[in-house]
This record gives sequence, structure tokens and C-alpha cells, in this order.
Amino acid sequence: MTEKSSELSIQKAAAIREKILLASHRAKTPHIGSCLSLVDMLAVLYFGVLRRPAVDSPDFARRDRLVLSKGHGGLALYATLVERGLLPAEYLENYAKDDTIFPAHPVRCVEFGIEATAGSLGHGFPMAVGMALSAQRAKQTQRVFAVISDGECDEGSTWEAVLAAAQWRLDNLVVLVDYNKIQSFGRVSEVMELEPFASKWESFRWAVKEVNGHDHAALADALSQVPFRAGQPSVLIAHTVKGKGVSFMENTVDWHYKNLTDELLAEALREIRTA
Amino acid sequence: MRIAFQKTLQRALGANSEIMLLTGDLGYSVFEPIRDEFPDQYVNCGVAEQGMMSIAAGLALSGKTVFAYSIVPFASMRAFEQVRDDIAYQNLSVKVVGVGQGFSYGHMGVTHYALEDVAIMRALPNLTVVCPADPLETEAVMDFAVQYSGPMYIRLGKAGEKNVFAAKPDFIPGRFAILEEGQDVAIFAAGPIAAHALAAGTILRAEGISCRIIAASSVKPVDKETIARAAADCRLLISVEEHSVIGGLGSALAEVLAEDVSAAPLVRLGVPDEFPKTIGSQDYLRDHYGLTPSKIAESVRHYLRKRSPRK
Repeated sequence: MTEKSSELSIQKAAAIREKILLASHRAKTPHIGSCLSLVDMLAVLYFGVLRRPAVDSPDFARRDRLVLSKGHGGLALYATLVERGLLPAEYLENYAKDDTIFPAHPVRCVEFGIEATAGSLGHGFPMAVGMALSAQRAKQTQRVFAVISDGECDEGSTWEAVLAAAQWRLDNLVVLVDYNKIQSFGRVSEVMELEPFASKWESFRWAVKEVNGHDHAALADALSQVPFRAGQPSVLIAHTVKGKGVSFMENTVDWHYKNLTDELLAEALREIRTA
Repeated sequence: MRIAFQKTLQRALGANSEIMLLTGDLGYSVFEPIRDEFPDQYVNCGVAEQGMMSIAAGLALSGKTVFAYSIVPFASMRAFEQVRDDIAYQNLSVKVVGVGQGFSYGHMGVTHYALEDVAIMRALPNLTVVCPADPLETEAVMDFAVQYSGPMYIRLGKAGEKNVFAAKPDFIPGRFAILEEGQDVAIFAAGPIAAHALAAGTILRAEGISCRIIAASSVKPVDKETIARAAADCRLLISVEEHSVIGGLGSALAEVLAEDVSAAPLVRLGVPDEFPKTIGSQDYLRDHYGLTPSKIAESVRHYLRKRSPRK
């Protein structure tokens, strides 16, 4: 990816962060920290990586798929899809209001870019394995990207998917781990340590790269190299900061849950806008 | 029944390359012909039923019709949330196939018994739940399943089930089959236990008790018309199932009978059999589903008016 397109995704990431803060403040929904750690990954994916023909084009069935397996990042996905022009803005304006269709955890709506329903951890990743298997058997060229959380790696079904994807040599599958080191009720290292993380994936026969999950050029560079190794699924371990971009949210468990007051919203927006 | 399943599925795989079979590492001496003849449509997912159900959903999201096969407790109970979220909620063309209904795995122990699966699967919106009575009906259910675009749970026996149908019947969801006519007692049976219901009918008939024997294989949706007719014609209704009395066919019948407000005083208020189409606050949703004090009172008045006045 050129420096210029990195500039675009960086600018989009700021706009997405702003949308997340505004919508979560209005709707009083949690998981702001989980959304903010994910934004740069989504911005790079949607503004440079994912191939997505128009819905009415005959190639639409061959589009790259992105499955947000960490469904609690749903608001980040909605905001990204709005920014990308796939989801009409009114859905975000009405996010989590009475008598609407999109809750905090995303519900499948293919025309708007939501490929699978998520919410319970450890489901989206194996669904992505099914999609990649289908493409592989049909000798189709689309890629399947799944974004999972570090806490999600506690789930047994995650490791069922890890085994299966390697067994079937799904090199059209790319998992991105939003490794922000904080899960629902504590630090990963204290709740359920994942280290040595990269070597776990390696030993399960995945091709592994690690990256700073907020460095757009590095993310774009890594994602331009998939599959990292022919005949193996790829995992990009993205080291991230929970709450990235809002200093008082960064690296805390609290902002998995808390809602913004008017004052804190103003402060957070100031930080995003001046970054 | 396993063999009837395998043979009909094998034919379907040959006729339609979009159909797939996933197995949780089971099928020794059953699936080898499918594995060998249709390697591109066959996947052994390993002993990993949760992953298998999500993978099945992913394949269905890519246009496949998927049969996902394991022994009943592993297919239904272990992977229940995957069946709920990924298959039923997304309303995908995945047919969850449980082998070893009821006590089929008698010697294997209680871990392998299938006694609560119908109860939990029946609670899932969008899911059609079928307990075929015999190998012939299994073929009929498969004929339906391969062309049906929604999710199903198909509860199979294992081996050696006797045919209760004389020829392959038609299978239509929501339609029971009357195996024997009778007027005194109606016996509804789900699954291969229908053979025993028929045999019981023969014993009773010899004693002058006329029995209507009904194969109630479509446990969801049930055949309300056949139930209502039996309730009107017969003095006693009996359900027979190789399943807990909680939540299976007997409960399904009780629900239908209890909600016949011309005869029964029970009305159930709650969330109907659907996934909410809109979301909102708890108060909004309570109101939407008629669970506010005023709407509850309204329901009470409504049904009370249908009851005959107190003498």
C-alpha cells in the first residue's frame, strides 16, 4: 500500500473513532475500549484490502468476506461500514434505539456488508472457516478475513477452528487477532495467559506475522502479503491498545463497560480531532 | 435408518454438487462410500461438534446445503448454541442430523442416550424437528430435506428399525400420518417407537379397545388438525416417545390441547416462537410482546370472554 492510501485509512480511522464515541454516548452501550482497539485494523481492511464488487454485480458472490467474530466490536464495524458507504448513515444515527434492527452485536445483513451474525465468542471464526472451505473447494479466489479477540482465544471452539483450517490448508483464510491484552474482567496475563501466543499458532501449522495494530502502513504491508505461506492459513497478531486514541480509556478494563458523560465525550472528541 | 439416510444422501450428493456432508468423525461402515465417491462434498470435521456446526453455517452462507452428522447428544446438546446462533437464527440450509435416537445406544450408557434433544431443539425458532418412524420415512424426510432451504433437526435411530409404513410415505412438515384408524384411544408416537405403538394397538384391539395410531414424526411443526380431531373423536390421548416427557412430543400435544381455548383454560403469555425482528429497551420489548400490566390484563379479559359464563 502506498503512503497516500495509508493517509486515507488513517483519516478514516479518526472519523470512525468519532462515530463510535458519538453513537456509544448517545445509546449508552458499552465496549468502547474494544471498539477503539479494532478501528485501525478495520480502516486498513475496508480502505485498501477487501475486494468488494457492487451488490448488483455478477462478481458479488466472489467478494472477500470479513467476519467480525469479536461481536462486541459491532459498533466499530457499523461505523466503518458507514464511513465506507456500505451502510446507510441513518442506521448508525438510530443505533440501539427502540424498534431498530442493529443491536450492539452485529446481525447478518450481507447487502450492508455484515457477513455473519456475531455476539457469542468462538462462532464467527469457525463460520469463516466454512466460508473459506467453500471457496477453496469451488476453486474461487475470494479471501475470508476473521477478526477475533484475545479473550475469544479462551473458547474451545476457537481452537477447533484453528485445527480445522490448518488441516484443510485454507490459505485463503486470514485471522486477525485484536490482541489488546485485556479481556472482559481482567488482563489476559492474569485471567488466561495466551503466551507464547505466536508459537502456539505456529505449532498448529499456521503462518504467523505480528504487527503493531495501530500502524496503518505496517498493517497494510502485512495484509498485502497474504497468504503468508502457501498452503497454510494466515494469522496476523495485531498488538493493540484497548481504548486506543482516548488517553483516559487506554489500557483499562473499565472502558469495556463504562459510558461517556457529556464532559468525557467532549474531552475524548478533542483528543481524536487533534491527534 | 442410518443406511436409509446414507443411501438417500448419497443419491442427493450425486444429483446436486452444492450438497455436503459434514461428520464429527463418525460413520464407520456407513459413510465410506460417500467419502470415496464424493470427496469434494464430504468433510470430516474431527471430534469437534461446535466447530462443525459453525463451519456448516459458514458453508451454508456460501450457498451450500449441509448435512451435519453426529450422535444425538453431541450434535444437539454440546453444539446447541452454535445450532441456535449460527444455524437457526441465521435461518440457514443446515440439516443437523442426530443418530442414535432415544435408547439406540443402550449399551453405551446414558452419555449416549438421546432424551432431551427434542425438548431443546423444539425451542428454536426456524428449526423443523423431525423424528422419522422408520427407514421408509427416513427416505421421505431426506427427499424433503435436500430441496428445503431452511434449517432442520433430523433425529435418526441407528440400525434394525422395522418399517411401520408399507411404502415410502410423503413427508410434509406439520402433517402426521395415521397408521391405524380407531375411535376409543389415539396414540401418538414420535420416532421408531411407533412400531411399539402399533403393536400395543393390536393387543388393545383384541380386547375390544379401538386405537387410532398416529406417526407424529413432525414434532415441530405439529399437526394441530390431527390432534384436534383426535381430541374430539377419542376418549383418551396418549403420547409415546423415546424421550423425556418434558419438552418432547407429549409436551407439544399438551401445548396444542391446552391452547384450545374452547376446551382448556390455559393460555400462555410470553415471547412467541420467533426471533425478535427489532431491538430496543427492556420496557419496549415487554410492551411489544404484551407483557406490560395493561396488556396482560387485556389478554385476560380477551380469553375470559371466550369462556362460558360462571353458573
